[in-house]
This record gives sequence, C-alpha cells and structure tokens, in this order.
Amino acid sequence: MSKELSYLEAIREALAEEMRRDPKVFVLGEDVGPYGGAFGVTQGLHEEFGDLRVVDTPISESAIVGISIGASQRGYRPVAEMQFADFISCGFDQIVNQAATLRFRYGGRATVPIVVRAPSGGNVGGGLYHSQNPEAWFIHRPGLKVVAPSTAFDAKGLLKAAIRDDNPVVYFEHKYLYRRAKGPVPEGDEVVPIGVAATRREGSDVTLVAYGAMMTPSLEAADRLAKEGVEVEVIDLRTLLPFDKDAIFRSLDKTNRLLIVQEDVKTLGICAEISAVVMEEKVDTLDAPVMRVAYPDTHPPFSHILEGANLPNADTIAAALRKLAAY
Amino acid sequence: MPPIKRTKFKLSSDQLMEMFYWLKLIRAFDMRLSTLVKQGKVRSGVYTGIGQEAIIVGTGFGLRREDFICPLHRDLGAFLMKGVDARTMMSQMFAKTTGLSKGRDSALHSGVNELGIFGNTSMLGANLPVAAGLGYTFKMEKSDNVVIAYFGEGASNVGDFHEALNFAGVQQLPILFICENNQYAYSVPLEKTMAIDDVAIRAEGYGFDGVAINGNDVLAVYQATQGALARARGGDGPTLIECKTYRWHGHSEHDKAFYRTDEELAMWKSRDPIPTFTTYLRARHVLDDQKLKEIESKVEATIEDAVEFASSAPDPSPEDAVSDLYA
Repeated sequence: MSKELSYLEAIREALAEEMRRDPKVFVLGEDVGPYGGAFGVTQGLHEEFGDLRVVDTPISESAIVGISIGASQRGYRPVAEMQFADFISCGFDQIVNQAATLRFRYGGRATVPIVVRAPSGGNVGGGLYHSQNPEAWFIHRPGLKVVAPSTAFDAKGLLKAAIRDDNPVVYFEHKYLYRRAKGPVPEGDEVVPIGVAATRREGSDVTLVAYGAMMTPSLEAADRLAKEGVEVEVIDLRTLLPFDKDAIFRSLDKTNRLLIVQEDVKTLGICAEISAVVMEEKVDTLDAPVMRVAYPDTHPPFSHILEGANLPNADTIAAALRKLAAY
Repeated sequence: MPPIKRTKFKLSSDQLMEMFYWLKLIRAFDMRLSTLVKQGKVRSGVYTGIGQEAIIVGTGFGLRREDFICPLHRDLGAFLMKGVDARTMMSQMFAKTTGLSKGRDSALHSGVNELGIFGNTSMLGANLPVAAGLGYTFKMEKSDNVVIAYFGEGASNVGDFHEALNFAGVQQLPILFICENNQYAYSVPLEKTMAIDDVAIRAEGYGFDGVAINGNDVLAVYQATQGALARARGGDGPTLIECKTYRWHGHSEHDKAFYRTDEELAMWKSRDPIPTFTTYLRARHVLDDQKLKEIESKVEATIEDAVEFASSAPDPSPEDAVSDLYA
C-alpha cells in the first residue's frame, strides 16, 4: 500500500492496468512501440501487449486521432499519444470537429471513448515547440473533457477515469512533473473522478486555484504567506472541462478572495473563464477583484533566462497573494 | 493478388434489377431534394450526387451489414443502400427529430454504427483517417469485414488523405478507397488542383494498387469493387479505385455552376449511368416496359412517403440545441 511511483510511472501503470482489464483498450502514437515513447511513458507495453495493441504510427497526428475515432465507433477505447502537446495542432481538426461533435450530430446515438494524451508545459528548456500549454483551445470546445493532473495519484487515477469515460478526453500530462512528482497511487479499480477538484491546503483568507505544474509554486507561496499570517486555501482543479465550480464557490464563501494561476498564456485562458463565472454568479461574496497570475502573452522561449522571466513562480504568486490579502 | 479489372462476377436477373432500383431511387431522391430546396421546404445543406449514382450502387451493392462505409457529402444513396430508410434520410434533410441528427445538422453528418455507416464532417477527407481506424479494428480481430471509404478528387489534396492512405498501406488494412472524381472541387477544375490526370496513381506512393475506371458504368464499378473486395477480405490490403464521373448540379443546390460550359455538361449527360444500364438490361431481357413501370412506381411511392413523413414529423425543441453533447 505504501508503493510510491513517479508521475510518469503512474501514467504507465494506468495504461498497463487498463489494457489488462479491457482488451478494447490500445495505445497508438509516434515511437510508443519498442522504443517506449519519447519520454519512456509506454516502456514495456509493447513487450506485454504486442504490435497490434501498441501501435507505432507514422508522423501523422491527424491520422492518430482519426484512427482513434474510427476504432471507438466499433467499441474500442484507444489512447492516442501526441508526442508533445505542441503537436496537437496537427491533429486539431479531428479532435474539435470530428470527435467533439460526433455524439451531438449523431442525435445522441453514439459515444466517442478516446483519450488524447498530450505532454505539455515548460520549464524543461524545450523552446517554442516543446513547451506549450494549449489546454484553452480545448476547453473552448463543447463535447470534450479536459484534465490536467498535478500528482502521481491523479495522473494514474484520472487517466483510468479518462479511459473508462465514454467521451473524448484530452489528457494534459506535464513534462516537468514526469520525474519530479512522486507519491502513492490508487490501487485496483480506484479512479479519480473527472470534474472534481482537490483542496490541497485549507485556509480562510484567500482562495488560490491552480493546476498542473503550477501547484508546486502555488503551495510554496501559500506556505510563505502562512508565515506572514495569511491562510491561503489552495485548490487543484485537476479537471479543466468541466471545471469544479462548486469547489471554488465553497472556498470563496470562506475567503471572499480569489487568485487563479495558470502556466498557459494569460489571454482567454481558464483563469479568464473562472473569473467570469465568479463575476456572474458569485460577485456578492468578493471582497477584492479576482486576480490572475499567468504566462505573459508570448511564446515559450528557449533561453532559461527568457523562459524564467515568463513562468509564474512562488515569488510572483506570493506577491499576488499579498496584494489580494491586503486589498 | 487477384487483378482488379478482370474479376469475374455473376449477377442474377434479380440482382441486376435490384441495382437498377437503387440507381433509380437514389436519382429520384436527389432530384426531389433539389426541388424541395427551390420550394424552400429544405433549408440548405443539399449536395446532390446526380450523375454519380453508379459509383454508390456499384461499390455498395452486396456489402455486409458488418462492413463499414464512410460516405462523402454526395453519397446519400450509400446510406439508403446500407439500410437507413428513406423516411429517416428525408427527415434528416428536413431537420426533423426523426432524422439521424434530430435537427442538429443536415446532410450526411451523421452515421449509424449498427448499420456500419460513419458520418463525416464538412472537412472533406477527414473521414479517411476514421476509415483507417475502422479498418484497423477489423485487422485486430482478424475479421474479413471491410471498410469502403469515399472521397472526391478534391479531398485527395487534403493532408488527411495522405496520412490515412499511408497508414492503410503500412498496415495492409482492408479498405477500399473510392475516389469519386467528378472533375471539380466546388468551382475549381481538376487541372488547377493537381498536376496529374489520374488520382489512382497516388496509390502507388502508398504501396498498393490504384485503378481508374469509368464511374458512370455501374457494372464496371461493381467489377472493380469485387476484385478489391476479394483482396481486402483476403488480407491483401487496400485498393484505390478512381471512378471518373461528373456532377450534373453545382457543388450545392445554391451553386449555379457558371464555371463550366453547357457543352461539357451535355457531353457528360450523354453518359448518364441510368440509360446506359437500362439499355443493357433490356438487351439482356432482364427489363421490359412492365418492370420499368413497376420500379418507377415503387420509387415514386417511396419518395412521396418519405416527403410526407418528414414534412409532418416533429420539429426539434429548443432544448435540443444543447443536449447530447456528453454521454
């Protein structure tokens, strides 16, 4: 029971367990076969499940998603890997026009149980095309679900839930966390339900909402504020579409102040949406304006100096928390 | 591998008459839709395949229920032949709840998994990766079912065409790629969109055979299909069959098609697949005046009934605009 896995191993274990449990689950993508994936996520799967269920594909992101959709229409549950979330733009049409709309235009007579895994995020020296956080493109598309785990536990539990879900799920796994996040994982049939946030730290003065790799600096900033006498409640969204509005509202009832943190660029990210929903439905609880800490509206640069200047960190988050607490 | 062109086939008089019925029904259905658009009874989204019916009948005749088809936007007849009744298809065009999409979309953007029909989006060629995924599941199951994937010569310029045919070639998938080359991508003639005469030669680049045939000869299409089907069912992989044809109407019913000459249209009308086949059947003493009359009355009654049914079917409720998004 005390088994601890890295975030990456947790993803691999979820894949292996679901493939053992359900012969309709298979994985496909670039280099996922004997090589084991660009990051090693699928290592060992080809050996255990063979060519047919661990499919090395050509460099064809659109086909990878389209093939998954086709297989799903015959009852399969494919897990498609985009080698980097940045490359998901090449499979964009199949996700947003084919998968997201299918049930709607079929009059509710079909489901699309596919998962698109997308290794996202910066702070790994990846430069423009190996660092992006394109989650907002997909939270803007009804018919999809979007998740972004921050812990090994959620990485495994959310992937299992995504595979069992009858809707197309885009699963953002953060590359920075692959080998840095470690912890216990769910065992057996336990999953982490889609659509439910987790409170990582209790507090009564400010609510901080974040997800993915932003959880670490967010929790560090909250610890700093505690030493200054400000108790920050930290919520890990875990699911971005549909996001857990109730968890945020419950916390706001205690704190009346909200900071939202995202690694995605600022304009029209999930922060903007959460802020708008709070303004529409919860403005009477607010004692201060909703604040955001996000990536500036620019591309992720290669130089660590430039990238460091862009990434939200414990300092910038703590500064925003102080401002909010003092408002 | 059996050759494509010289595959022997034998069709009984009843089968020939059934083919004739489908040609007549599909023609009449599209002609009626065209009139309904002019009368303002069908709003839009009508892309007729008038002139191209021999392709649908020749490729679709005798398919199994388990075989999957991935029609393009002119292939309403393929839905009928695969088992969707005329009332449902007419309801789809009338945006009624008795249609496949329950009013969410018109045209052929819906499918029926139980009948082996995939419904594509408006992104032409996007059905081809899906066809590859369907074919891949047949391969996994070592089944001898096949996928028939339809596309226009215009869609063969889309990236999805390349990704799908490449994957199908690598994996030796049981797929017939049927190109309905009707000479125009909306208004743009073939010579402006590709530097080759035959789409069929593109198959060579994917490691399988392509053949260009007269798409207005239902028996030629049937014959080529039977050869390709034998290969696909026997595990010998995909085939591309390019059917040269011509659409009599514009791209959609709203397109007056001023980009082509009357002479060109007249020339192609002289190659109308229906009189050609009628002459053949009469010469073979399969068809006589009496039987022709019976078929025409049956077709007329089916269309009348479908229009009557669809006209009086219930409209969707406003709530349906936001339902069936998630399973």
